[in-house]
Amino acid sequence: MAQSKKLDLLQGTLDVMVLQTLEVLGPLHGYGIARRIEQVSGNQVLLNQGTIYASLVRLQQRGWITSKWGTSDNNRKAKFYSITKVGQKQLVNDAAYWQKLAGVMGRVLAMQGDGGER
Amino acid sequence: MNYSLREAYNRVRALFRGEQLDREVNEEMTLHIEAAVQENLRRGMSADEARRQALIQFGGVQQALEQHREARSLPWVDVLRQDLRFTFHMLRRDRGFAVVAVLILTLGIGANIAVFSVVNTILLRPLPFRDPQQLVRIVEKDPKAGESSKTYTADATQDFQQQNRSFQSVSGYFAFTGPDNFKLVGNGQPLPATGILVAEGFFQTLGVEPSLGRLFRSEEFLHHAQPVALVSYPFWKRRLSGDPSIVGRTINLSNSPVVVVGVLPDTFDFGAVFSPGTKVDLFVPYIMDDFRDDGNDLALVGRLKQGVTLAQAQADADQLFPQLYFEHKHPEYGKGYTGQLTGLKEYVNGKLRRSLIVLWCAVGLILLIVCVNLSNLLLARAAARSKEFAMRRALGAGRGRLVRQLLTESLVLAAVGGALGLGLAYVILSYLAHQGSMALPLLAMVRVDGTVLEWTLLIAIGAAVLFGSAPGLRMSASNLQAVLKDSGPGLSEGRKHDRMRSTLVITEIALACVLLVGAGLLLRSFLRVLDIDLGFEASHAAAISVDYDDGGNVAKRAAIWQEVTSRSLTIPGVESAGISDNLPMSRNRSWGIAAKGEQQRDALDYVPVFVYIVSPGYLKAMGMRLIEGRDLHWDDLANNRAVVIINQTVARKLWPGRDPIGRIAVAGGMETEVIGVIADVRESGAEDNAGAQMYLPATKQFGPEGAYLVVRSKLPAAALAASVMRTLRAVNPGQPATEFKPIQGLVDHATSPRRFFVLLVGTFACLGLLLASLGIYGVISYSVTRQTQEIGIRMALGATQSWVQFDVIGKTLRLALIGVGVGIIASLVLARLIAALLFQTAPTDPLTFVGMVAILGMVALLAGYLPARRASKIDPMVALRTN
Repeated sequence: MAQSKKLDLLQGTLDVMVLQTLEVLGPLHGYGIARRIEQVSGNQVLLNQGTIYASLVRLQQRGWITSKWGTSDNNRKAKFYSITKVGQKQLVNDAAYWQKLAGVMGRVLAMQGDGGER
Repeated sequence: MNYSLREAYNRVRALFRGEQLDREVNEEMTLHIEAAVQENLRRGMSADEARRQALIQFGGVQQALEQHREARSLPWVDVLRQDLRFTFHMLRRDRGFAVVAVLILTLGIGANIAVFSVVNTILLRPLPFRDPQQLVRIVEKDPKAGESSKTYTADATQDFQQQNRSFQSVSGYFAFTGPDNFKLVGNGQPLPATGILVAEGFFQTLGVEPSLGRLFRSEEFLHHAQPVALVSYPFWKRRLSGDPSIVGRTINLSNSPVVVVGVLPDTFDFGAVFSPGTKVDLFVPYIMDDFRDDGNDLALVGRLKQGVTLAQAQADADQLFPQLYFEHKHPEYGKGYTGQLTGLKEYVNGKLRRSLIVLWCAVGLILLIVCVNLSNLLLARAAARSKEFAMRRALGAGRGRLVRQLLTESLVLAAVGGALGLGLAYVILSYLAHQGSMALPLLAMVRVDGTVLEWTLLIAIGAAVLFGSAPGLRMSASNLQAVLKDSGPGLSEGRKHDRMRSTLVITEIALACVLLVGAGLLLRSFLRVLDIDLGFEASHAAAISVDYDDGGNVAKRAAIWQEVTSRSLTIPGVESAGISDNLPMSRNRSWGIAAKGEQQRDALDYVPVFVYIVSPGYLKAMGMRLIEGRDLHWDDLANNRAVVIINQTVARKLWPGRDPIGRIAVAGGMETEVIGVIADVRESGAEDNAGAQMYLPATKQFGPEGAYLVVRSKLPAAALAASVMRTLRAVNPGQPATEFKPIQGLVDHATSPRRFFVLLVGTFACLGLLLASLGIYGVISYSVTRQTQEIGIRMALGATQSWVQFDVIGKTLRLALIGVGVGIIASLVLARLIAALLFQTAPTDPLTFVGMVAILGMVALLAGYLPARRASKIDPMVALRTN
């Protein structure tokens, strides 16, 4: 990984990232969410910041987040997103799923050549 | 799960808020990029670099917007919306094409919906009764004597009811009711009404519930019970003014008080199921004890027990029926019935199944021709639009997208055509449903229902895909560069188009040829049927149901009959008049006849014979031909003479090769002297063979069932109606306002199913011919336009006008000949399938084939002649100068 290729996002992962970000950091605007994910991932994910908006509208239409126009710290107009109760519940489920999947993937990939028999 | 519902709802909602959502997300993205720029500036980038980096990080704004739209809404709807907008734009621009296409589709789809509705009503839809698959009609296995052998005596019916093990219930109705057998006496003049006698449990067997009141009770089927009636819904509405308190009220029916116990539901139409083409107004109990001596008169319907198959019930019936006595009181009359069980539905539609399927196929052919025709029109348009499409592909439209666009166009055309077709079908069906005199079962129940709507949807989409896909694929597949480069009509491309269009036209001609031959064969059969010697002259005669009150006195009845007849003869214009209780081709009944002296051990030795109780003059009024002997005299009636007039069939059967006049026959249990022989009369229908018939005087031995006065006159029935009614009222002031109907109506009624099919198939054939000629015209005309220059050059090089004409017509004829050739081969194969529907016409009838081919050829010639004339008028100078 010397080249440090950026990771392509799997289907649905961005949605979970957005939910988690909002859950931890509270209401944020689109740019804030995108920047935060970039920072946390150590700039490892391949994210066109613009794609965040498709994710946001999808989550909103599912009722997992809500939005409201407001003003940011530096007094600029922005749309702020925050997670809903339903969204929190969904996040718990999704997080558990991804952790389980990550664990399984880890075990499978750690499999040794002669491990098949056991 | 509920989030997907919510999401779906929001996606649909977003369809209508597209602009607002776009505006919002655009603003959001602008602010986003602005924030990024600010941050980059804070990090010390130059203004340009800060913006550049912000935009790189953001990715494409347009892509983000597209993703947003896709995530929030239903993208395919947007595409569809675009396609639709474009389609409507195109069709508005090309209005002539749109109108022709929609018109053709309307006719094609409309005809299909109408025929499907009829097929659905008669063949597919279950009968409107509870669990209709359990209902069974029971008739004798060899019903050669008309209605009488499709019926059973009261005693046999009761025995079967009690002894069978397969039926929940068996009931029936009196099968020999003529129209207007009752009169409703009220405030004004008496009104005619048709009433059917039904045995106990008839409605319960069918599973019909009254909409008001109740059904008959057991005690109402006892001898001397209080007279009661159930009325049909239309009769209640029309004649009893829909009175909601009618139940329990007494009405005056033929001068006796009858209590109305209930009103049957609107959905119950007795005539539609059991007696096509008649309307029944009311029902009264068939009291078995009153009919024990009357022979076979009950038509039986049964409801199978749960789980009993038709075959099991048939086995049961085969065992039981031969044991049943005709009459308990007269075991010497013998025993031995047969019973053929048929599902009620099959019994009702059995004879029509094949005709309807043929009709269905014919109308399917029409739709096929319509599709071929539209394909052709679209191909012509495709040629004109090939540049537009090449341009759009060059600009990045995918092949699939273009095909989708073309299919959208076809679907829009088909949808409009389908909607208008539905309207057309609705009009046709309303007309058909009110053809009360048409002898097609269930036709009165025809309507546009859910199944029909589904079918409409199916054929509209099917048609659109069929006629839209060929040109669509062809157009999107064409070579992009060749089309764009080519400024004039590309010759090779043109040829390919031409070949495809020619193939389509040949297909059309072949299909039209099949239709025409089929219609021709049916038409010829119909003409043959009309040509049959019926044995009576239906024209110039009319009949009216006569009401009289003889108080059960035979002598008085004879006097009344004589007075009615002789008074009618005094009406100006009346040539002859007479009375009969039955008219040909309406209801019938049969007794037995045998020559005296031969051994008649039991009923089986009698020849079943149709019976008519008549007055003198009836034979003449009907235009029946007396071969030898004499007509009845009024003396025969007055003196109760036992005489009989037989037809040739009876004479041949009883006294082959001998003169029957003066011989004694045992007819209806009486010894009677044969006084005359008449030519055979077609009794049950024009196409059936004439059966045995006899005509008896109305004497004390032979009581009539009703009376019809038949009047022969050169004057039309309508002109005579008033004076005939005046005459009847002079004899009996209580004569109800029955209709004076031309005898021709009976014949028309009997031939109406054939007329119906011939009319429809003929219409389809004409439609097919028209469409095929349009197709020919289109192709030839197009090729003339395309070859204008070429023709111009030829003419400049010395080709004459007639040579050019000849060339174009030759091309037309080549197409027509190939099409007709294919069509004839197909027709020869298919005609075999309709052989059973033909009457005295071979499926290979050369005259029909030649005639139809001639018509097709002539129409093709005409369709080719118009463009040919245009071609010959081309001015070489003008043609060469253009372009």
